[in-house]
Amino acid sequence: MLRVVHYLNQFFGQIGGEDKASIPPMVKEGPVGPGMAFKGSFGDKAEIVATVICGDSYFNENIEKATEEILQMIEKYKPDVFIAGPAFNAGRYGTACGTICKAVQDKFGIPAVTGMYPENPGVDLYKKNVYIIKTTDSAAGMKDAVAKMAKLTLKLGFKENIGAHEEEGYIPRGMRKNIFVVERGSKRAVEMLIKKLKGEPFTTEYPMPDFDRVSPAKAVKVKESLIALVTSGGIVPKGNPDHIESSNASKYGKYVIEGIDNLTNKTHETAHGGYDPVYANEDPDRVLPVDVLRELEREGKIGKLYRYYYATVGNGTAVASAKKYAQSIAKELIADGVKAVILTST
Amino acid sequence: MRLEIGNIYIKDVVFSDVTKVKDGVLYLNKEEIIKALKEDSRLEKVEIEIAKPEEEVRIIPVKDVIEPRVKVRGKGGIFPGFISKVETVGEGRTHVLKGTAVVTTGRIVGFQEGIIDMSGEGAKYTPFSKLINIVVVCEPVEGLPKHEHEEVVRIAGLKAAALIGEAGRDVEPDEIKEYETLPLLESVKKYPDLPRVGYIYMLQSQGLLHDTYVYGVDAKKIVPTFIYPTEVMDGAIVSGNCVSACDKNTTYVHMNNPIIEDLYEKHGKEINLVGIIITNENVTLADKERSSDYTAKLAEYLGLEGVIISEEGFGNPDTDLIMNCHKLEEKGIKTVLLTDEFAGRDGLSQSLADADPRANAVVTAGNANEIVKLPKMKRVIGHIEAANVIAGGFEGSLEADGSITVELQAITGSTSEVGFTKLTAREY
Repeated sequence: MLRVVHYLNQFFGQIGGEDKASIPPMVKEGPVGPGMAFKGSFGDKAEIVATVICGDSYFNENIEKATEEILQMIEKYKPDVFIAGPAFNAGRYGTACGTICKAVQDKFGIPAVTGMYPENPGVDLYKKNVYIIKTTDSAAGMKDAVAKMAKLTLKLGFKENIGAHEEEGYIPRGMRKNIFVVERGSKRAVEMLIKKLKGEPFTTEYPMPDFDRVSPAKAVKVKESLIALVTSGGIVPKGNPDHIESSNASKYGKYVIEGIDNLTNKTHETAHGGYDPVYANEDPDRVLPVDVLRELEREGKIGKLYRYYYATVGNGTAVASAKKYAQSIAKELIADGVKAVILTST
Repeated sequence: MRLEIGNIYIKDVVFSDVTKVKDGVLYLNKEEIIKALKEDSRLEKVEIEIAKPEEEVRIIPVKDVIEPRVKVRGKGGIFPGFISKVETVGEGRTHVLKGTAVVTTGRIVGFQEGIIDMSGEGAKYTPFSKLINIVVVCEPVEGLPKHEHEEVVRIAGLKAAALIGEAGRDVEPDEIKEYETLPLLESVKKYPDLPRVGYIYMLQSQGLLHDTYVYGVDAKKIVPTFIYPTEVMDGAIVSGNCVSACDKNTTYVHMNNPIIEDLYEKHGKEINLVGIIITNENVTLADKERSSDYTAKLAEYLGLEGVIISEEGFGNPDTDLIMNCHKLEEKGIKTVLLTDEFAGRDGLSQSLADADPRANAVVTAGNANEIVKLPKMKRVIGHIEAANVIAGGFEGSLEADGSITVELQAITGSTSEVGFTKLTAREY
């Protein structure tokens, strides 16, 4: 039988309302309040061995201290799974449930489950780290929330496969995973089109993300500035010494261009697998314009060309990786006094 | 335009002294085919091997997969503009050696090409593991420039498929399927109450190993235009070889385009399939604007009410996909998009390089960045060392024991954006 510890706020923990919101954490053996409903759903597969109760105000005003206190209380019960809430649309409660769930996962290496209404501020903070069952905005939806949370708790506790969010009822965590389905893609597309034409409901397989839009920075005085070249076009020293991948690059390279006036097919090449490499290999300046920048440097049209350039391969490279490389490159450039960067893509 | 497809089901392929089909067995005169291919003096060496389903065989690096077909009635011949003269195809009857394919391999051209495993984990992902593959290993003469290297292998594959397809000319097919698309006005008259549906067929045209040809014309040099679905079945569209292998349409997939098949399935019942608009995916913004404008204009002119748009490739062409989508939706034409995803190995990154709220109906063929481990195979056809440099591979992909760890993108046809497979991705 799985050992479960449950977290509740002062209200659901049956201590009192807003007037009791400042109570510090306490622990009670066995289930309390909604814990009784979980007990029914768990049957003989899991048991709530203890319930931790904490006031919402106390928690949110003393997050670090309260988290530490609660973790200490949980530890001695040696749970296999941790559950919190459901918090519905209660903002402070939701934040507490998310914080504690994540802390429990990180510290004890056990899974945690909570439940919230999608607009609860705790959702945006923790949906990537914690399974949050989607609930209604009030305790009227308790029965359904408990049923789904209990089912997922058992699956996680017994290390069974977790289905997609539609199947399990949790708020999507933004993680894409491959599965095989019954019908081929073309047939699913034809069926989706017929539904769309008839005005019937259909479910897209890839909801569009919110896109990052970067507004351009203020102009710099190029005549006085140190300028750097950075490319996602894969220009590397001949032989690709860092073995940057032709697609989905796992790294970037930093290479000296000091004293180089012109890139040639003897010195450089492209590692990029996403475009016709023939012309870039003939003259790598076509992608990384060192020759032109040297000219501008001599003519005094730019201050100076930075002594290194950075290169990675943009082809199929995950946005998260690109972001990471950019942050690390930018840090070094700023530290070295670079004022502007020419980014060349392909 | 009306075409009969006569499927001759092939249950085995064996080498013999004469090329013929008898009782469902395809006999091949290997020497004769090699001799014909070597007429091109740019080919130094040609070998032919057979790879069957369930065998412990790996083909790497795969350039293209082509179905052997022969035109037995009606105008023109298979692969017009390459093997046959440029004459409009898509009418009459075409015979197919169903269950077989010509697969081209040989020294790597660039960062390119894919893997077909006939058994094991990799076989689950590539649709071509279910076919009896006639593998043509082409090694060009030393020093051949890359563009010519690509071309010579492409032509060799088409030539081999056409030669082998000839064996089906006088064979009575096991099954005959009929496909018909009428001229626009007649079609609308015949099905006045059915919604007029089209297919926006995006053809990869970013350059070497990312090219497609239509009746022999390089697709980057076309403006979007109309094509009958049955023309495609006769090889009017051929692949310029594939990288990344997962989501480029091989010639086989063009000839058997499942969107066309599944639209025909509903044609005359729930929809009126009016025809296809082919468009390209060029690399410059001006080209993208022109092609998407033209596509939307043509779709409006044809009176389309709904379309499926299929992408080929990823990243840069995501822009073409989204431009096509929003320009069509702006004209009131409903769209469904077919694409795949590059969401990172952990699945946590944004899947496409572009997005638009109007793209509210998307079918996905899966995340091509997911890692797969392919076991060692007893026999390798081609060049195993390519595993470290093909798109989807990385330094260390090829292990000492012959097993390979790669991203799904290295497996030929695994995330087909014309929906040829049953793989998809869900949010977790």
